[in-house]
Parts: sequence; C-alpha cells; structure tokens
Amino acid sequence: MIRDQEVLNQFLDTVSRFVRDKLIPLEEEVAETGVVPAEILAQMRELGLYGMTVSEEYGGLGLTLEEEVLVLFELCKAAPVFRSKVGTNNGIGSQGIVIDGTEEQKQKYLPKVASGEYVTSFALTEPDAGSDAGGLRTTARLEGNQYILNGTKRYITNAADASIFTVMARTDPEGGTRGISSFIVEANSPGVTVSNPYKKMGQNGANIYDIIFEDCPVPPENLIGGVEGKGFGTAMKTLDRGRIHVAAVCIGVAQRLVEESLRYAMERKQFGQEIANFQLVQAMLADSQTETYAARCMILDAARNYDDGIRDRGQAAQCKMYASEMVGRVADRAVQIHGGAGYVSEYAVERLYRDVRIFRIYEGTTQIQQTVIAKEMMRNFEG
Amino acid sequence: MKILVPVKRVIDYNVKARVKADNTGIDLANVKMSMNPFDEIAVEEALQKKESGEAEEVIAVSIGPSQCQETLRTALAMGADRAILIEEDSDVEPLVVAKLLKAVVDEEQPGLVILGKQAIDDDSNQTGQMLAALLGWPQGTFASEVKLAGDKVEVTREVDGGLETVALNLPAIVTTDLRLNEPRYATLPNIMKAKKKPLDTKTVGDYGVDVTPRLTTLYVAEPAKREAGIIVESVEELVQKLKDEAGVI
Repeated sequence: MIRDQEVLNQFLDTVSRFVRDKLIPLEEEVAETGVVPAEILAQMRELGLYGMTVSEEYGGLGLTLEEEVLVLFELCKAAPVFRSKVGTNNGIGSQGIVIDGTEEQKQKYLPKVASGEYVTSFALTEPDAGSDAGGLRTTARLEGNQYILNGTKRYITNAADASIFTVMARTDPEGGTRGISSFIVEANSPGVTVSNPYKKMGQNGANIYDIIFEDCPVPPENLIGGVEGKGFGTAMKTLDRGRIHVAAVCIGVAQRLVEESLRYAMERKQFGQEIANFQLVQAMLADSQTETYAARCMILDAARNYDDGIRDRGQAAQCKMYASEMVGRVADRAVQIHGGAGYVSEYAVERLYRDVRIFRIYEGTTQIQQTVIAKEMMRNFEG
Repeated sequence: MKILVPVKRVIDYNVKARVKADNTGIDLANVKMSMNPFDEIAVEEALQKKESGEAEEVIAVSIGPSQCQETLRTALAMGADRAILIEEDSDVEPLVVAKLLKAVVDEEQPGLVILGKQAIDDDSNQTGQMLAALLGWPQGTFASEVKLAGDKVEVTREVDGGLETVALNLPAIVTTDLRLNEPRYATLPNIMKAKKKPLDTKTVGDYGVDVTPRLTTLYVAEPAKREAGIIVESVEELVQKLKDEAGVI
C-alpha cells in the first residue's frame, strides 16, 4: 500500500540522484580500499536510509514493504556494498525487535537503530549451523538474575561496527528449535570478541566477522519478547521480510547490469557497426531485461501481500530464489556482452559479477528456498 | 530579511534531450523533469543564509504549468518556508518571467533575490539581469561566493579573466554559478514535512502581466554528429591539414 505517491516519488528521486551523483562514482575506490567514507554514511543517515523499516513512533520512516522494495530498486543500482551498510538495520538486525520485541525493548533500542546511531547485526549462523539453523549450539544459561552466553557465531555482517547484536541461542539443550531464544546483546558486553573481517570474493567493504561469546552476561530484559523458546520463530519471521528485501536488492543490481550492458552494446563496434545490432547480442539483452522485469513484478506482488497482512513463507522464498538466480544470469550475460572488457576490472560488470554471487547463498540458499517452497505447497495440499 | 528564490521546472539534466520530428522544439512527452540545477544552488544559498541567521524567511516561486508544484515541493523539502506558483500553461519568455517576478518582489519586499544564472533548457541567461533592470536594483551575476555584510552584499563573480568581487547595496539581485555551493538532498522526513508547508497558487492575471510571446522559434536541430578523428603521420602533415582543411592557421 503506497500511502502517499507524491512523497514517495520525491524520495525515490532523491535516492536515485544520490546513487548517481555520490555512490556510483565511489564504487571503485570502495572496492579498492574496503571502506565506505564516513561522510557518505552520514549522508545515508540523514536521508533516513537506516530507519526505513522502523515505525515512525520510534523515529523511523515506517515504510511499507512495497515502499521499501521500491527504494531498494533505486538504491541497489549502486554496488551492493552500500546497501549492506544499512541492510542489517532495516532488515534482519532490527526486525527481531520490531516484530517480537517488548515495548521497553522497542523504546530503548529502535530510535537509535532508526537514526543509524546504532548499527545492528543478526547472529544466527554458526560454524556447524548454517542452513540447519535449528542445530545451533550457542547456549544461554540462566544463572542468578542473568543469562550467560557461550558460543561462536560465523559470517556475521557488520559485526565490528555494530552496537547491538540480535543473537539466537539455546536456552533449552533438549528442545530442538523450540529450545532457541533470541537476545539483544550489546556489543560492549564483557566476554564478546569480534574477529578480523573475512576476505571474500566480492562486495569488498561489506564486512563479515566471527563473534565469540565467552561467559557473556545478558540481562533477562534483553530476551526478545520476554519469553524463552520463541527465538527460532522470531528468526523465521525476520527472514520472511528479509528474503523479500534481498530479492529487491537483486533487482536493483540487475537493472544496473542491464543498463551497463545496453550502454556497452550501443557503443562497442565490431564488423563496422554497434554490437547491439547483432541479433545474438539482442537476445541476451532482451532476456536480461525480461527476467529483471518478471522478478520485479513478483516482488512487488509479494510485498503488497505482506503489507496486506498475508504471511506467505513460500512466496518470500520464491522471490528470493528467483531474483538471486536471475541476477546471476543477468551478470553472466553482462560479462558476455562486454566480451574481453567484461573480464577486466576497468568495467563495473566484472566487479558486479562477483558481488551478486552471494545472493544465491545468504538468507537461505537456493536449495533451502526450494525446500521451503515445496514444503509450503505440500502443507497447503488438501487431498 | 526575506530571500526570494525563483525556481524553474526543466528537463532533467540526466535525460538525453531529443528534438521533435518537425524541428519545432524538444520532445518533452514522458520525459523526466526536475528543478533547474542552477536554481537548486540558489535555494541552497538562501537556506545557508537562513541557517546562519542572516535571513528569516526563504520563499520559492515558480511560473509554469501546475506540475511546477512538484518543483516547489522540492524547494520546500530542501528547507524553503513557503512557495508561490504562478500558473501559466503557455511558454513564458525571460521578459515575462522577469515582469512577473517584479510583481512578486513588489508584494513580498525581499532583501535579496537569488536566481540560477540560466536554465539548462533554453540557456537564455537573461531573467536575473532583466529583473534587476525592471526593479532598478544592483546585480551580481555568476556568483561563486555571496557574503552579506550589513546593508551590502559582497558577490564574487566568475568572469573570463578570473574572479571579480563586487559590493552591492541591498536589496539586490544575485545569480548563481556552479561552484557557489553543493545543494543538499531532500531527506524523506523533510519531504513529508514539506507537504504541510504553504503553497499559494496564483495566475498571471493576478499580476496583470501580458504573456504574449515576443520571440519566434524558427528551427530546432540536434548538433551535428562528431566525426571520427584521424591519425596524422608527421608534424608537417598536421600543419598542412590545419592550414588547408581546418582553415585555422
């Protein structure tokens, strides 16, 4: 539900200009140094980009999911490293508190999350618990008047910049997924160690770390929702919105790749004419354009359903799977259209090709999405 | 002091302009429009003067079709206090705009009018100068720095030979050049607030200005395509070509 078309259009215009004038010219530098300059982060805070999904009563913009994905379509025409800086605050890092937090938790943390004063991280994955999130081993033991956390979290985005982590930990060693609870852990708590960032294939500057908890004390008022055993449910609800968010990110990059491909094909000459005149190149352009449009339509539809209160886990999984696979194909064609130039770093498509590979993996691999989609189908089968 | 900032809705600077098939003008159907970039600089300068306490109110004014409201909303979202739209669907020429602006100035009595030095659609570079003449006010055009000092404004101008600084008695007219400042982005919270700021709509009839065009556009054509260059073998050949073919020496 778009609440005010005029306001939204003006904001989309602002974001699209910011992307074109500020972010895209910085891409190479950020890819080289792995650092997004502080003044750019400050501008992103001012624009409100850290607080898109936090409601207005807590100082955010309170965007509907449809509005959010439209912003992402624009923002993610710039290299996805920029989105990753605000991604956790809008998505998985804050949504646990937004969806299941107590009133006190919301009042204490959300205004700082919305303003970007606090960066958040989502700590679910572990060395032995990736796709099998239910198999996590980090423990939270109630001792006296506090929980004591022990365990290691792996590949946690923005961990070194974060002020708070949403941590999934086991409060009941026997209970399977029902034994998992979620906590807000302040990064400066005793017993918290953040590793050096991992070196990755792409998205240099979008840093991921390990977080080690050794007898880290957490007050009971930081148990999200105030009830034990709800953590897995919170994580899954977070991912329903998060997966549509990631799908929208894929659309932004796909649009950019199509633009880069088209520009190159209209300029590059072979056999005495622009290569866009050759039908085999046209086929690649047309396929990329059509698939981007198809994914864009399905994401807008799923976002509208979400805003109508429909929680369709299968639909979120379909968007995430299709969009991330699609942008992989579009990136591959973009390199192909660029020919040799697509393999050298002077053109953006070489970098974007590496950047998009992660989309098929995080927030649920394609294979996990397939099983989610099929399970939802089977669950809804009345025979 | 009030500052008046006229803003024009023009074809977006990032859009590739196409000439209409009948060569009567630029094709504007389904083309993205936005605020003239020089006018954004003017709005920014006025806002900075307000933020430093040198001005109390910033008023944006636009002349054109009802869609100019969007342009004014952008000025309001950047921080202008209120806006005036003078609705007119026909093309208005610089002299008409200057006459209408003079009428607004008579009504609002601003201490300073800051305009873009020109609009990127017709590149006339006339409105500010005409307005200064009609009002009998001093003007500082192509400003790269604007400093208020008591009852004067010091304007550093970008002229061919370098920089020239002039001191003008207020009230005065200033037109902005590219390097004056970097305009801010309208943030979403401010875009929302801008919806509630006052925007008055007037017509040219309210000011009794004759909008009949005095200019006729005869023909609009795209610039000639640049031809591919050639590599010359020697200095002698270069000199000879510059002489015989280019005719420049």
